[in-house]
Amino acid sequence: MEIPKSFLGYKRENGRAGTRNHVIILPVDDISNACAEAVANNIKGTIALPHSYGRLQFGADLELHFRTMIGTGSNPNVAAVIVIGIEPKWTKRIVDGIAKTGKPVEGFHIERTGDIGTVMKASKKAQEFVMWASEKQREECPISDLWISVKCGESDTTSGLAANPTVGNLMDKLEPLGVHLCFGETSELTGAEKVCATRGATKEASDKFMKTWSSYNDFILKEATDDLSESQPTAGNIAGGLTTIEEKAFGNFQKIGNCKFVDVLEPAEEPKKGKGLYFMDTSSAAAECVTLQAAAGFNIHLFPTGQGNIVGNPIEPVIKLTANPLTVKTMGEHIDCDVSKILSREMNMSQAGDELIKTTLRVANGRLTCAEALGHREFVMTKLYRSA
Amino acid sequence: MATDIIIHDQKDNVGVVVIEKITPKQDCKCWIMENDSSVNIQSMDEIPLGHKIAMIDLKEGDTILKYGHDIGKVVKAIKKGEHVHVHNVKTKKW
Repeated sequence: MEIPKSFLGYKRENGRAGTRNHVIILPVDDISNACAEAVANNIKGTIALPHSYGRLQFGADLELHFRTMIGTGSNPNVAAVIVIGIEPKWTKRIVDGIAKTGKPVEGFHIERTGDIGTVMKASKKAQEFVMWASEKQREECPISDLWISVKCGESDTTSGLAANPTVGNLMDKLEPLGVHLCFGETSELTGAEKVCATRGATKEASDKFMKTWSSYNDFILKEATDDLSESQPTAGNIAGGLTTIEEKAFGNFQKIGNCKFVDVLEPAEEPKKGKGLYFMDTSSAAAECVTLQAAAGFNIHLFPTGQGNIVGNPIEPVIKLTANPLTVKTMGEHIDCDVSKILSREMNMSQAGDELIKTTLRVANGRLTCAEALGHREFVMTKLYRSA
Repeated sequence: MATDIIIHDQKDNVGVVVIEKITPKQDCKCWIMENDSSVNIQSMDEIPLGHKIAMIDLKEGDTILKYGHDIGKVVKAIKKGEHVHVHNVKTKKW
């Protein structure tokens, strides 16, 4: 198949391109969720991104909070942003961070105004933003404007046999065209960590990966009260035939095909070394991982599943694929790309990769994903430790 | 070309059932992805889609190979054709 060289995206002020054109209402902290949701309810076509944190965090955990907030607002799938927080200082810090992209952003703080006055002021601005954004047109963008993140979930053995290698086949075909790619799931590479480390493009990248993995593994060993057999593999994984974390890890690892990673990113850190594959230090929980990848600027997500994970994200479209015929039969409304014919040998890996490329471009051009149509907007902040 | 079981790598001592289930004493066709070759095996157990079958006799302490890599250790002897899962294999990690 000849791979299309372009897609129809929204060109942004900073030179990036979006696959979506959202106007988001971003609460800085948990107690500003009510205000943000009221604004999104007033002004049609906007989305509120409620979450649970943002108060009394400190150190690296607070930095991650800001990085996730600013990164989410800066994502090219977002046309404009309303930021609402309880206090002016942190609200302004997020507004200033997002403003560097050149997109419209305005902040509101609730202290000394109250919810009702803030909702009124923020709603007026949100209306202005959404009407402005509604006139944006899709334009032809080079395929290298796609920043593709990947994460698998509710994996079973069909993931490692077929769905994950399909993603790997797509990576092998799109990497030479200059796209950015990102995989994560530090804990779920356990058992395959040494093999994964050999896939660093440089010794520096390999060493950085081993350091990141070891630190995560030390943390897991320190916190674990048992052998983690209740969490990894999950009950869903075991039902699907996965027996050990090592088996899950080697299946997981199929997603990167033959690509080598150029750098290791902190959670929600934007890639800085140009095109190619990046590893990001993330949790293996689906919504947390996708939220971090979206905050790093990735504009389309591929999510292979075995038993049928249903996750979505408010700003980054999440494309599901599966090779499990029972999942297609029982949960078809969640599956954007069916590659189950690989198991019956009616489809080979290259044909499956081509199908996934076609689906990815259709979604990049505007086709809703199943998760979008079903209203999945999971926005889950990663928290590193307890607040002060 | 249809197959009942897929084996990733020639070195692997387990295969994955890719039909709805296999039943005891069923003669199963296996496809080895790595070198596109075929072998046959008779199953001993009922094994559902996605679950593993032992391709050889395995004793306690043996290593399970899948993708050509170590994915855990045998904790209870397994006969060729039997179901391989959490009841007879454990992780070497954690």
